[in-house]
Parts: sequence; structure tokens; C-alpha cells
Amino acid sequence: MGYRYEIRLSGSGGQGLILIGIILAEAMGLYEGLHVVQTQSYGPEARGGASKSEVVVSDEEIDYPKPQKVDLLLAMNQASCDLYFPDLKEGGTLLVDSTFVNQIPSLRAVRIPLTKLAREHLGRGMVANIVALGAISELTELVNITSLESALVGRVPKGTEEINKRALYLGKSEAEKALKEMQGKEIVDYTLEETAV
Amino acid sequence: MGAERRELLMQGNEAVAEGALAAGCRFFAGYPITPSTEIAEYLSVKLPHLGGTFIQMEDELASMGAVIGASLAGVKAMTATSGPGFSLMQENIGFACEAEVPCVVVNVMRGGPSTGLPTFPAQGDVMQARWGTHGDHPIIVLSAASVPECFSLTVRAFNLSERYRTPIILLLDEVVAHMREKITMPPAEELEIFNRVTPTVPPEWYIPYADTPSGVPPMAPFGEGYRYHVTGLTHDIRGFPTARDDEIGPFIKRLFRKISQNFPDIHMSQTFRTEDAEITVIAYGCVARSAKRAVVEARDRGLKAGLLKLMTVWPFDRSAVEQAARRSKVVLVPEMNMGQISREVKRVNNGVSTVETLNKVDGTLITPGEILEKITEVLS
Amino acid sequence: MKEVTKLIHKYLRHDKKFPHVSCPGCGNGIILGALIRAIDRIGFAKDEIVLISGIGCSGRMPVYVDFNTLHTTHGRALTFATGIKLAKPELTVIVFMGDGDATAIGGNHFIHAARRNVDVSAIIFNNNIYGMTGGQFSPTTPYGMKATTAPYWHIEHAFKIAELAVTAGAVFVGRETVYNAKGLDALIEKALLKKGFSVVETITHCHIQYGRYNRLGTAVDMLKWQRDNSIPVEKAQKLSSEELEGKIITGVLVDRELPIYQHEYDRIRERAREIAV
Repeated sequence: MGYRYEIRLSGSGGQGLILIGIILAEAMGLYEGLHVVQTQSYGPEARGGASKSEVVVSDEEIDYPKPQKVDLLLAMNQASCDLYFPDLKEGGTLLVDSTFVNQIPSLRAVRIPLTKLAREHLGRGMVANIVALGAISELTELVNITSLESALVGRVPKGTEEINKRALYLGKSEAEKALKEMQGKEIVDYTLEETAV
Repeated sequence: MGAERRELLMQGNEAVAEGALAAGCRFFAGYPITPSTEIAEYLSVKLPHLGGTFIQMEDELASMGAVIGASLAGVKAMTATSGPGFSLMQENIGFACEAEVPCVVVNVMRGGPSTGLPTFPAQGDVMQARWGTHGDHPIIVLSAASVPECFSLTVRAFNLSERYRTPIILLLDEVVAHMREKITMPPAEELEIFNRVTPTVPPEWYIPYADTPSGVPPMAPFGEGYRYHVTGLTHDIRGFPTARDDEIGPFIKRLFRKISQNFPDIHMSQTFRTEDAEITVIAYGCVARSAKRAVVEARDRGLKAGLLKLMTVWPFDRSAVEQAARRSKVVLVPEMNMGQISREVKRVNNGVSTVETLNKVDGTLITPGEILEKITEVLS
Repeated sequence: MKEVTKLIHKYLRHDKKFPHVSCPGCGNGIILGALIRAIDRIGFAKDEIVLISGIGCSGRMPVYVDFNTLHTTHGRALTFATGIKLAKPELTVIVFMGDGDATAIGGNHFIHAARRNVDVSAIIFNNNIYGMTGGQFSPTTPYGMKATTAPYWHIEHAFKIAELAVTAGAVFVGRETVYNAKGLDALIEKALLKKGFSVVETITHCHIQYGRYNRLGTAVDMLKWQRDNSIPVEKAQKLSSEELEGKIITGVLVDRELPIYQHEYDRIRERAREIAV
């Protein structure tokens, strides 16, 4: 019996959630050799409004393309955190952009101020999505940072590769830090144990 | 590296565009509409590179007209749209049926009626695809459920349209069109491509709408010496309008015969665990994926479920459905509409087994859980 | 053999298509004749001509002539023409449309074809009425006139087709009457030779429908009316709008150079090849 791992990337339109869904799917599908389906749902707004992008990954062919119980939820704003937290699997991973999400429904949430970090370290809040991607590489064993880097280079606009790579590694190290801090506080290290496959 | 194996992560709409190019499509006319627009955008980049033509028309009526014009000039042509645009295209889809002009129309289904739900999936256009244009006519409609199928069924749509000189409708839904999956692009030489049969006789012997054993007359492109008349009026074998009953009847019957005598070539479906199924789920498009998961989960619970996935929606695959009905006590038809294909299933089933339906029209994909619940309820 | 007979033998289809559908005295045959004379003078090969039409009396004309002929749906002839021309630019594409065909149901296609400037020639048969369906008012039925769907009188105002084409961007626009048949073939010849979207609005008569409801007399009476109310454009420029009320301004209204769609698209193709997408 194979496994199935479900990721939901949520926030508002314009935060680049569909893009990171594609990069994640490409990294897992083409570079890690897994079966993968990326879907999305969005409102009529080109900017603003609710947006989500979902990636289902498995070691066998994927039939139903949407998540049923989410293993990893990224919430980049409060509204999406509120809306999608109930879909998170017990023991699943919640990653929030604590720049915008301040009412966090779980003690075990991984809180990283993605947008703030992107602004302060890279001078551009808009690469917060890539910072999130880097963090995800630390939160699941299913994707390696180098796979993400390879997929990212082909999908971001020419000339922005460097800043995006920096954002990716920034996210990874921030996630490491956050996880370490959580261990220090004796919060169960659920992420790698319970969702690992 | 994936790229070396030509394995790509691709969106359903992009795979349709790639399939069209692989099939030899060199003309696209369309009008922007969600959720089909990526097909137009992709081809606007690729077609000029291949010496082809992309044109954005003033509306879908015009798009369909331009597609037929290009095809008459001998170029494989397509358009892509969604519900509201599909409604506008019906007029000239009828022309393509009547004048027997090969072309491919992709309809990415979204919620309706009217403007409906532009960014949400539905399967409400299945009957429209069959009967959308006025008058008695046969039509071939395919339905894709995955990104690889978006590619392969687009190639197949072109091949069928060229073989049978008829418009082909490829139905997608918002889920499949916007979904990204891995696809291994077959090398060009591995693809079977069919090109329309052109006349071998000299122009003075050419009878453009002559009956043939296949029911499909050879088609001369405009501008190559075969000067003939093409009309949306009912016409005789020379293409001239006719009011003679001894010409009208045979013409309409030939239109039907060229499809009906080739059902085995046109029908395409897949079965999954149907051998001993007590319940067979009959599904198409994105819902077939939910159904497959539900079948797997039902089997895990010891429930004998199977799946019949329809890839040719029209002409209706009577033999496949009859077989499923004979084998199972129950057939279940989940659809993202209030019951369109289920009506056909009931007609074909003709009382042999019990036909259950599961209809969802809230803009979200039917889940495996919903189908499983129905399976459990029906079998207990 | 007479010159006219020679042309008939050369261009008309002789198999099965006669008698034709036009009423005795109709002007449509004059327009078809003018087109054939223009084509013959230019020396186009029959194989390179595609003659396309929509629906209505004008729509029935292409079937009689020995070209690649295409009788499309109502109002959509220009869209089929666009597809054919872009798919096979070496063809000469000519479109016949009626007034309702071109400016009511096909009005959107007409203005966009003019704006887009694909190299197609549109010849419009303006008889101020829907003839084939029995005399309903069209977008060019003048205010105050009668039609079967305007049994009291017509309360809408008419389009000026040629002026509409000028505004929409056609590179060549002319107007002529069927009365002046020779002037008409000369004008069509110019339109066919012009690269880009060209329009010839032909004023013709429908004595059977429009003439009958409005008591305008026989076909001959209506032709005489055309003769007496035509003003060449050069002369019209010196007249006031009051003096031009109800008159037919004939001749070349516009003849200008604008980039042609196919040429522009060829540049796109070159660019796409350069960057090798």
C-alpha cells in the first residue's frame, strides 16, 4: 500500500501560491520521481480574494486529485488559516506566515514571519512565497532543497533567480530555527515523525 | 533529470495545446474565456513559431467561422472555449456538421447556466455537446480525465475529425484543465496521425459529397483545382442546394452512417475491477478519478465495486454500458450536473439492473467519500 | 460570340444550378456580372478565387459561378473569409453580404474585419430590406418607410454602410449603384486590387419587397431613381448636408494605406522563430 501526502498552500490572490504549488509539484514529480497532482482554486479576482493551490504526492498513481485530509497546510493570511485549519490531519503540519496570522489555532504551528523576513532580508515582500517553499523543504522529507532549487530556476522570471534562491535558503534555515525552538519548548516534534513516510 | 526523458509537469490546458500541435494543428481562432484561456495563450506563443496562425477573434461565433474557413483551406484547425462561448459556437458547429468540415472544439466546462461559475468545475454541458446545435446530426464528443489524456485525446480528436470529416468536441472540466500532472511526451514518430483523405481523381471527376463505402467523401482543399460549392444548406452530392426528397434523405442518413458504422473505432472507455463487480460506477472526466478512489476504498472494505470510465461520451457507448449493466446488480452514475449521462445509462440499461445517481452541483468536485457512501448505502 | 456570352461560358457553372433564385428584374445579377467582369479584366485564375457569402438573396449568388465557393451562415461570411485567407494567403478572398447580413447579425464581424485589415474584399448588396424572408426592415431601411415588420412606418434610422466601414478602418471603401453597372465593375476592380480590407457598398433595388410596400414602382423605376439620386463623391464634397439628404454618394470614399494583418503576422512568425520558443 502506497502513501499519499497532501499539501495545501493558501492565502490571498497575488501572494504567488499557485506558482509555489507548481514549483513544489515539479520538484517532487520530476526531480524526486514521485507521482504528483497540482490543482488550484481561486476566485474571479486577479489580486486579492482567496486563493489556494494544492499538491498531492504519492509513490503510486494518483486518482482523486484533491486533498482529503491535509498533511501540510501553509496559511499566508488569517482568513485562510481560519478556513482551512479544520481540514488539517491530526498531527499534520501547519506553517503560518506570522506577519499576517496572529491568531494561531494550534500550539504546534510552525510560525515564521515569511513576509517580514522577505522584506527585511531580501528587500522584497513578494518573495515570501519562496521563503515558504524553503521552509516546506525542512518540514517534509518528500522534497529536497536542491530539487526545489532546480524547479524554481525554471519557473521564476529571468533575472530573479538569485534573489529567489536566497529566499529559498532563507526559508529553510528559518524553519530549522523554528523547529529547534519548538523542541526547546518541549512541544512534540510531530512533523518529521508523524507525517514522515 | 526529467527533461531528458521529455517528462514534464504540465497543465491540462497546456497538454491540449501540445496535443493539437502534435496532431498537426496549425490554426487556432478563439476568444478569451475562463477556464480555457491558457490553451489560446499557449498556442499564441507556439503557433507562429511553427509557421501556423493564432488569431483572437471578436467573439466565439467568429472564432468558429474562422476555424471552419482555415480547415476548408486545408489546414487543421481548432478553437477552445467554455460554456458561454460554447453556446455561441453552436451555430457554426452545425455548419461544420452539415458541410462536413473537420475541426476540433475544446469546451472546458464550468458552472452554469449563463455566466454561472467561471472558475469552478461542472459537467453541465454534456447534453449541449450532443444536441447544442439545431437539427438532427451525429457528433463525436470525448472527455479527458487527466493531463496525459488531455494530450492523447486532443490528438485523437484531430484524427477522428480528419477521418470522419466532422467537428469533434473535447470536453474538459475546470479541474482537469487547470490541474498539473506529469506527462511523458511521446516522440513525434510514435504518434499515429491521420490526415484527411483528399481526392485522387482529376477535378472534372470530383464529386465533393459523393457517398463512399466509409460514408466519408474525399475532401479537396480550396485553391487546388477542385472548384466546388460548400454550403450550410442541405445539398446534393455535388454540394449544390437541393429540395429533392430523394437527395435530402440519403444525405442526412449518410451523415449518421459514417459515424454509426464506425462505433468500434470511435468508442473508447476503460474499466477498473469490473470483472466481479456487484456495483459499477459509470463516470467521465474529473469525477472518474474520484470514482476510482472510491472503488479502491470500497474494495478495501470488501465491497465489490468497479468503474467504467467513458472517454467517448457521444455517440453513447451502448455496448460498454450494457455490459456493465448485465454484470452488476447496480450501476451508479455520479455527475456534476443534475443527471445527464445517467439518462442515457437508464435508456440503455432498459431495466436490466438498478441505476443509481449521485448529482452534485455546488461547484466542487464530487469526492471519493461521497461516492463510497453511496456505494455502501446501495449495497447494504 | 458576344463578349457577354463568352464571359457566361467561362465563369458560370452549367451543371444543375439554373434557373437561379433571383426574382425577374433583380439587381443581384448585375452585381455578380460586375464582379465577373472585374475578375476577368484583372486576369485572376478561377482556382485562386474564393467567393464567400452569408445568408439571404446575396448569399445565393456564389453557387452559380465556377470558383471555390462557400455559402456560410447568416452574418458570418467574413469570419470564414478570415480563416481561409490566413490559412492560405495566396487565395483571393471575396465576400458577398446583404445589408442585414453585414450590418445587423454580422455587424460586429464587419467592423472588426475592417479594423483588423485582413486582405479580403467585401461586396455588400444593399437593397434596404430583408428580401428572402419576405420584406422585413433592415438596418438600412430609411426612417419612415414601410416593411412587413414596420407596417405603420419605420421608426429607426439607417446605417450608412460605406461611412461605417470608413470609420471602422477599412483601407478602401467605395459605393456605386447597380444602375451604373460599368462604374460598379470598375470600382470592384479597384477593390480587388487593393491590398487590405476593401468594401464596395452596392446600392441595389428590391422592387418585389421594398419597392412594393413603399410604392416605388417597377425595377426600371427604381433603377431610374438610383440614376437621378446619385452624386459622385467629388461633387458631394461641395454640397451641404441638407443638399445631400436622401442622395447616394458614389465613387471611392477612402483609399489609404494601413498595415495588413498577414504582413504583420508574418513579422510575428519571424520573431517567434528568432527567439525559438
